[in-house]
Amino acid sequence: MDIKILSETLGQCIIEIESFNTEVTLIVDRRSILTVCDFLKNDPRLLFDFLSDCCGVDRFPESPRYWVVYHIYSIAHNHRVSIKASLDDAKPVIDSVVSIWQSADWMERECYDMFGIEFRNHPDMRRILMPDDFQGFPLRKDFPLEGLE
Amino acid sequence: MVLNLGPQHPSTHGVLRVILILDGEIVVDAKPDIGFLHRGIEKLAEHRTYHQTIVFTDRLDYLAALSNNLAYVLAVEKLLQLEIPKRAHYIRIALVELQRIASHLFWLGTHAHDLGAMTPLFYSLREREAIMDIFETVTGSRLTPSFMRIGGVAADMDSSSVRDIQKFIANFSERVDDYEMLLTGNPIWKSRTCGVGIIPSEECINLGLSGPLLRASGCGWDIRKSTPYSSYDDFDFEIPVGSTGDVYDRYLVRIKEMRQSAWIVSQAIEGLPEGRWIAREQAAVFPDKQGVASDIYAMIHHFNLVLEGVRPPAGEVYHSIESPRGELGFYIVSNGGNQPLRLKIRAPSFVNLQSLVRMVKGKLLSDAIASISTIDIVLAEVDR
Repeated sequence: MDIKILSETLGQCIIEIESFNTEVTLIVDRRSILTVCDFLKNDPRLLFDFLSDCCGVDRFPESPRYWVVYHIYSIAHNHRVSIKASLDDAKPVIDSVVSIWQSADWMERECYDMFGIEFRNHPDMRRILMPDDFQGFPLRKDFPLEGLE
Repeated sequence: MVLNLGPQHPSTHGVLRVILILDGEIVVDAKPDIGFLHRGIEKLAEHRTYHQTIVFTDRLDYLAALSNNLAYVLAVEKLLQLEIPKRAHYIRIALVELQRIASHLFWLGTHAHDLGAMTPLFYSLREREAIMDIFETVTGSRLTPSFMRIGGVAADMDSSSVRDIQKFIANFSERVDDYEMLLTGNPIWKSRTCGVGIIPSEECINLGLSGPLLRASGCGWDIRKSTPYSSYDDFDFEIPVGSTGDVYDRYLVRIKEMRQSAWIVSQAIEGLPEGRWIAREQAAVFPDKQGVASDIYAMIHHFNLVLEGVRPPAGEVYHSIESPRGELGFYIVSNGGNQPLRLKIRAPSFVNLQSLVRMVKGKLLSDAIASISTIDIVLAEVDR
């Protein structure tokens, strides 16, 4: 995959392109996540049609604290890239990508369940693994390992 | 009518609960309810050293524990940029391919049992038992081996284990013929499976389906071929694909995969390179037991690894392998400490289970049972 395509066409939306070992990660502005994902999926040179995973990361005590990470793959071109977007500390919200990749449905629900990150326009935003009446978000760094009382 | 299926029901393969809304025998809507087996493994891993997490991975997909071990250690090795000996790669491949056979055998037996065919269960478990015995000799454990180590494997495979594997592989193909004789041409089996739970390939990709489910719909994506890891590129094998993407095609794909896996195992055993099975010289790898008892430096090294663990460079890696159920990935975020800042498991069962609603809507209740078992879920992996 030619990284140049990304910086040329998505210039304003991409904050930084990180690379570690062989991994390439695009850090994007959370407001343009849908534009970026839509382009990545539909551009014939990229065709990222497969969303492998979408998950949250809590980097507390750093700020920005919450991140959403997408691992996407193109079956046609056999290339892989990760996308990261940082969220607001007080109110972590980002647009849902279910309209682009249907597989994001449960992944985003899990992300909400574990981190309290909300996905705007998600068709069914509720807890998935924890019980509905559960208090708190277990994978946040301030949630104790032993659980709450 | 609202029907509650599970979480304690044999056909849900564990603690899956599905709320089915029925109109007569037709499923109008289905709501899967998961999380009964959630143990917070991702949270626990944030509080353990990299070596300690290996044992958790066995408890994810317990029908393919070695595949989970492999995916995790490969991700850590990628993070540490470790080179490992060729022999370790081959031992790993032989074991995970045997694991694939064992996992598919268990699936075959239970899947057929769900659809009313009792006999295949006894045959398939007989062969699975033989594989479990091999695992016991090689790794010391049957279900949860924790055999892979960062940098290689825990022990060498000796010549008697090699002979056991050869003996198993030698007549395995005939055993598969036996299962096929019971099912492949069987009109009752075909009427229960043909045309049931069809998902076309574009939709499979959009739903994130991987593994045999995706391949049965005609898309030949297999990570062993597309991004070969652990020297899979040394091996000659084919990726079986289906055409219609129904329950019957998924059965055929898994049957053919078992034959291919047996072929890979025989190549790995025949071509097993000489040499070491673990990269002892690396700082992240435990010294050998003999050394710990006689050499003070090895002793200190061992002590440090147990108490402190390793500190990989700060960074993020995602590594995925082709597990028996599909793309199994580990995403590790390191901040340079001895515990991961975040460990995310991309569990194939979790993503694949999403397709259940799509498969059962508007179909018969009996087809819903076929659809649950064709996905081949392991709830321990779904819930993590």
